[in-house]
Amino acid sequence: MQIQVNGESREVEAGASVGQLLDQLRLDPRSLAVELNLQLVPRANHHETQLAEGDQLEVVTLVGGG
Amino acid sequence: MSTETCNDAALTIGTHTLKSRLIVGTGKYANYALMGESLERSGADCITVAIRRERLIDADGNNLLDFIDTDRYTLLPNTAGCFNADDAVRVARLGREILLGLENPGADWVKLEVLSDTKTLLPDPVATIEATERLVADGFQVLCYSSDDPVIARRLKEAGATSVMPAGSPIGSGQGVLNPNNIRICLEYLKDGDPDYPVIVDAGVGSASDVSIAMELGVDGVLLNTGIAHAADPLRMADAMRLGTESGRLSYLAGRIPKKLYATASSPDEGLITAKPR
Repeated sequence: MQIQVNGESREVEAGASVGQLLDQLRLDPRSLAVELNLQLVPRANHHETQLAEGDQLEVVTLVGGG
Repeated sequence: MSTETCNDAALTIGTHTLKSRLIVGTGKYANYALMGESLERSGADCITVAIRRERLIDADGNNLLDFIDTDRYTLLPNTAGCFNADDAVRVARLGREILLGLENPGADWVKLEVLSDTKTLLPDPVATIEATERLVADGFQVLCYSSDDPVIARRLKEAGATSVMPAGSPIGSGQGVLNPNNIRICLEYLKDGDPDYPVIVDAGVGSASDVSIAMELGVDGVLLNTGIAHAADPLRMADAMRLGTESGRLSYLAGRIPKKLYATASSPDEGLITAKPR
């Protein structure tokens, strides 16, 4: 199925969870935050939160800023 | 900073106590290694950070967190780049989530910026007040980037802001403190009956003397980024900003002499062997 991750289309397995996607992207969940369709997904819920066709996911981290 | 040298209290902002009165940003450095060393030289123990999309393609690229000891610094996440209250609240919550994962004490506060337009980067005061109310209700300690308008400053405090941070001049402009009288009135309003309420000059300072001028007005701290990051020699400027903060603070605590129109001799009038002109 197709979802949007950080504004780009990405193919993921049907029924994949947020946690599985992060694993696939080799991202360390401790230093990022995830928002699914404008709702924050707390780290503890990454693996139980299932993705659905057309979901909009934002994966953010810290960068230099003032 | 050397609270010892100053015989000064530490800077308390809400539940956070900082040793240095200089808070520095982590943006705009030529590279992260230079940033890391500049932060160290600045003496700051609180640094601001921004929240942005994870780069999914360049996963092996340099990461800010590889150059910052998160056990040493209290991180202050900002909402830079937000132009309405909804986005600022979203970004603040994402920042809290990241800092909780890092187990950094900065997870419970945010530097709120709600900007009006990209040219001036001036704050949108109405949206800033709205976002402050919502974030305070959500449990955040909110440090508000504001203009130097004393009325807005008072409204932000009434909305529950933990600190109001009036700009000296526009972000990154290096123009220094353009309206010291407004900062004075902000201080009078915000500290009325509440002398420990923290007021921080945020933005616009370009040199050590700018920082000293702000501190001499009696603000509790200064937050800056570009002044160090874009200096010709950021390491040397980080030293200068640290010393400027300390010397401005000392000068404020020491109490300056009043300004007078005419001269007052420093050497005695008595015992002169020469004649004075009439």
